[in-house]
Amino acid sequence: MMKLANYMAAIDGTNHTPAIDPEEIEILGAYVSDMLSDVMGSAKPDQVWITIMKHLNVIAVASMTGVPAIILAKGNVPDAAVCDKALEESICIISSKLSTFELSGILYSMLKA
Amino acid sequence: MAEYRFFADGFEERVSDYLSNKPEADVELEFAVPEKDFNTAGKGSSELKNLLKRLGVDSEILRRIAVASYEAEINVAAHSQGGVMKSAVHDELIHVSFIDSGPGIGDIEQAMVPGFSTADDLVRELGFGAGLGLPNIKKNSDAMRIVSQEGGSTTLEFLIFF
Ligand SMILES: Nc1ncnc2c1ncn2[C@@H]1O[C@H](COP(=O)(O)OP(=O)(O)OP(=O)(O)O)[C@@H](O)[C@H]1O
Ligand SMILES: [Mg+2]
Repeated sequence: MMKLANYMAAIDGTNHTPAIDPEEIEILGAYVSDMLSDVMGSAKPDQVWITIMKHLNVIAVASMTGVPAIILAKGNVPDAAVCDKALEESICIISSKLSTFELSGILYSMLKA
Repeated sequence: MAEYRFFADGFEERVSDYLSNKPEADVELEFAVPEKDFNTAGKGSSELKNLLKRLGVDSEILRRIAVASYEAEINVAAHSQGGVMKSAVHDELIHVSFIDSGPGIGDIEQAMVPGFSTADDLVRELGFGAGLGLPNIKKNSDAMRIVSQEGGSTTLEFLIFF
């Protein structure tokens, strides 16, 4: 288990849902995909979801799947409406300039350490 | 008219008991699912999830219900001319049905194959169209049934025990 806050610092991430504290979220891994049904079929509630998708349905998918946080790669920033919806569903959205490859690699090595 | 049925291991008898007793539901919900409106599609599943959470349904079971229901709701919006989602909450199970106004599924076995999709560009742009929705519904439910007619309506229903 690792605190989402530690990972956020390592990827120089920005929290777009500041009312949700990444110190309070514990993660065991990630699921990486831009296909929504793939995520619903395979992501687990103790994983973050790393993606470049950032529209409203992404929040619904995270909520249905029980994913606690979405990590947006390559500097993708969500609209205010998406952030509001995420807050409503208690889902943390963090964006980072890094690619999905780098984001995955960093999390992988932090969890292995 | 074609029909597809699935029972998870050990559930066939419980399901036929339920179907033959036709018990009255404790709570019933109904939502319209309009065609190609991906902000409205999902509302029914979200409300259902909130209701079941308040009723104290176990979180893993809640997750299975939410995923199956959302996939089915999105399918109605993505692939049909629109329809309704009907949920019946019973003591020990939930029964959710999706009835749309066509155009139906010509080959249900083919539609069930992981990766098979006829999703259009709009649907794919949103990240749907992996051809995994129906397999996800099957994976998460204790029983599932699809009845469809090419050129007519499709009904998909699933049961999940608490
Ligand atoms: N309600 C429906 N009416 C007509 N066709 C449907 C309906 N639901 C599913 N289908 C057909 O079955 C196919 C497979 O559905 P499935 O949900 O597995 O995948 P998808 O919706 O195409 O993609 P995904 O669910 O991964 O986003 C669809 O592409 C469509 O051709
Ligand atoms: Mg689908």
